[in-house]
Amino acid sequence: MEVDEEMEVDENVKKVMFVMRKAPHGSIYSYEGLETVLITAAYEQDMTMVFIGDGVFALVKGQDTTDIGIKGFIKTYGALEHYDVEKIYVDRVSMEERGLAADDFAIDVEVKEAEEIAAIMEEQHATIPY
Amino acid sequence: MKFAVQVLEAPYNNQASDTAYHFIKAALDKGHTIVRVFFYHNGVINANNSAEPPNDDRNIYKRWTELGKEKGIDIVACIAASKRRGIKEGQIVEGTRISGLGQLADMTIEADRLITFG
Repeated sequence: MEVDEEMEVDENVKKVMFVMRKAPHGSIYSYEGLETVLITAAYEQDMTMVFIGDGVFALVKGQDTTDIGIKGFIKTYGALEHYDVEKIYVDRVSMEERGLAADDFAIDVEVKEAEEIAAIMEEQHATIPY
Repeated sequence: MKFAVQVLEAPYNNQASDTAYHFIKAALDKGHTIVRVFFYHNGVINANNSAEPPNDDRNIYKRWTELGKEKGIDIVACIAASKRRGIKEGQIVEGTRISGLGQLADMTIEADRLITFG
């Protein structure tokens, strides 16, 4: 019986991946996407964030949005570890194509190959693109 | 199968709302379940009840009323995204409701598949 109950608990924890595809400013996708990540974290799911394409710009440290008059949210990424969102991946090719390296980011990320990201994506219960 | 549907784009400007509607209709016809429809980003504009599209074209807003009221599907516009875009309680399309982002997390967990349009 105990084993059954444990299995039930496990079934309630789903793998959910958030795919961040857009630059932090220029559109609201990245910002509202991050809000979804924070809310979903409260549901204690097995969460992954992956940054691909222009999405990698969202994590670049030292962003200053003063001159565009838009509220910046780079600091919010620092809160992710407190929400137990620890699997944060960046696509290597997307990063390098944009002249970036892992130490350009405001938070610790794991740089992964597209094939690795695809394999992780395949394991997910749900993939949410923003 | 239990489907959850997320719509991220405003009606007419983008085909996402049309495709979502047709997907839902087809899924229901095949006997599948729609756990919830969630409007996020500009998708919340789908719940704007003051829109009056021309009569010679499809009425996307009424489609949501058809699905929400007649088919009993739970259709939710995100409250934070709605507030940003002037979509208010009491001024939303019949058959839809406004609620929090938790409704998105909730349906993602409950459904077998989450389908995003937009």
